[in-house]
Amino acid sequence: MGLGVDFRNRIARRASEEIHNGMVVNLGIGIPSLVPNHLPKDMMVMFHAENGITGMGPSPEKGKEDENLCNAGGFPVTLNQGGSYCDSAIAFGMIRRGRVDITILGSLQVSKQGDLANWIVPGKKVPGMGGAMELAQKARKVIVLMNHCDKAGNPKIVTSCTLPLTSSQCVDMIITELAVFNVTEKGLLLTELFEPYDLQEVVNKTECGFTVSNNLRKITY
Amino acid sequence: MENPFGKITTLEKVLELFNNGMTIMFGGFGGVGTPPTLIDGILEIGVRNLTLIGNDTGFPHIGIGKLVSQERAIKVIASHIGSNPIAGRLMHEGKLEVEFSPQGILAERIRAGGVGLPAILTDIGMDNELVSKNKPHFLLNGKDYLIETALTADVSIVYAKKADPYGNLIYDKSARNTNPLVAMAGDITIAEVEEFVPLGSLNPDEIITPGVFVDHIIPSKGVNWKWAWE
Repeated sequence: MGLGVDFRNRIARRASEEIHNGMVVNLGIGIPSLVPNHLPKDMMVMFHAENGITGMGPSPEKGKEDENLCNAGGFPVTLNQGGSYCDSAIAFGMIRRGRVDITILGSLQVSKQGDLANWIVPGKKVPGMGGAMELAQKARKVIVLMNHCDKAGNPKIVTSCTLPLTSSQCVDMIITELAVFNVTEKGLLLTELFEPYDLQEVVNKTECGFTVSNNLRKITY
Repeated sequence: MENPFGKITTLEKVLELFNNGMTIMFGGFGGVGTPPTLIDGILEIGVRNLTLIGNDTGFPHIGIGKLVSQERAIKVIASHIGSNPIAGRLMHEGKLEVEFSPQGILAERIRAGGVGLPAILTDIGMDNELVSKNKPHFLLNGKDYLIETALTADVSIVYAKKADPYGNLIYDKSARNTNPLVAMAGDITIAEVEEFVPLGSLNPDEIITPGVFVDHIIPSKGVNWKWAWE
């Protein structure tokens, strides 16, 4: 059961609220790629791609693709003014040195401690970690956008990940179609609910316990 | 084109440098920036039992993926094989050994090899068994690090936009990716280039790979595969 376009865009829009002028932001594939559509047109954000692009712009028009200008997923992109190219060592230097303000990525599971499991389904796929470990471990803020439950209806926010970890205790924020959590030292803090969902629904679909913020926000868009 | 350094040569000539069982390092990321003419040449001469080192295994019909799909490699060192399902199948069948390295650490291992360092210290993936298994640790200023060994290769193959006769290289946009690192790490480095330009015509301030690292330069016939997005 995939999410409808509206839900995907609501999640992406909520994530866009975390981005501010001048930030360096790395986006994963899937819902994270929708985030730029929700940013104000005049906001200056440098989108970082780990294959060596800083200042990545939107997809080119059909027919104007450049085979030597692609994002880390291999799809044609453009370069915004002020953008630059670098080699892979420099691209990851930016990440490890703490110059990437936010990474927004998908995940298979996230634990209440912020452990991230997004790279292996044992016995099924062993694609390799790519750049995920470094982004998860070293980006200043790690935001996970994902369905609240998997295709079988199992919660993806769990007490302890059953899938192999990409990186432990690295996630700062989780945004699903139901809710927004902050990962704190004391565990998960529910800060926001997407309308029309209520607290009980989130409790039912979340494996681990969590604290509820005193200022619980209702997201109406 | 004048050839005062003897580096400008032909595909046929450089293919004599390839042998069964050798280690080949390749530039490129998802096939972007992987030298297409060299890949086809290596495929044609039929060398086998190769160890391939590079960012990823491309796609089944794109980049280094062509060599992997036709079972010319016995081992790859890469950060990702997900875009090439044949690589995954061969790994599960035990026909291909895969050593995974986190992408930026792989880049630094290649860079280290290219600049004459034996290893690097890192804290990436220390809590991940697949990354940290069997690797020595090093305590520095009270903090624990993994020692990741440098990588070099018998031959490095890279793809550049322009070269002058000395082998000074500039790359094309995101096709740069691992190429400048790979160019430094080969015992022999072969650059496949889109365009030759005379000595002195590249702006010295804008050269990315100094020709010091490049041994042979050959003209590219251009990409002959269909990209996934096409």
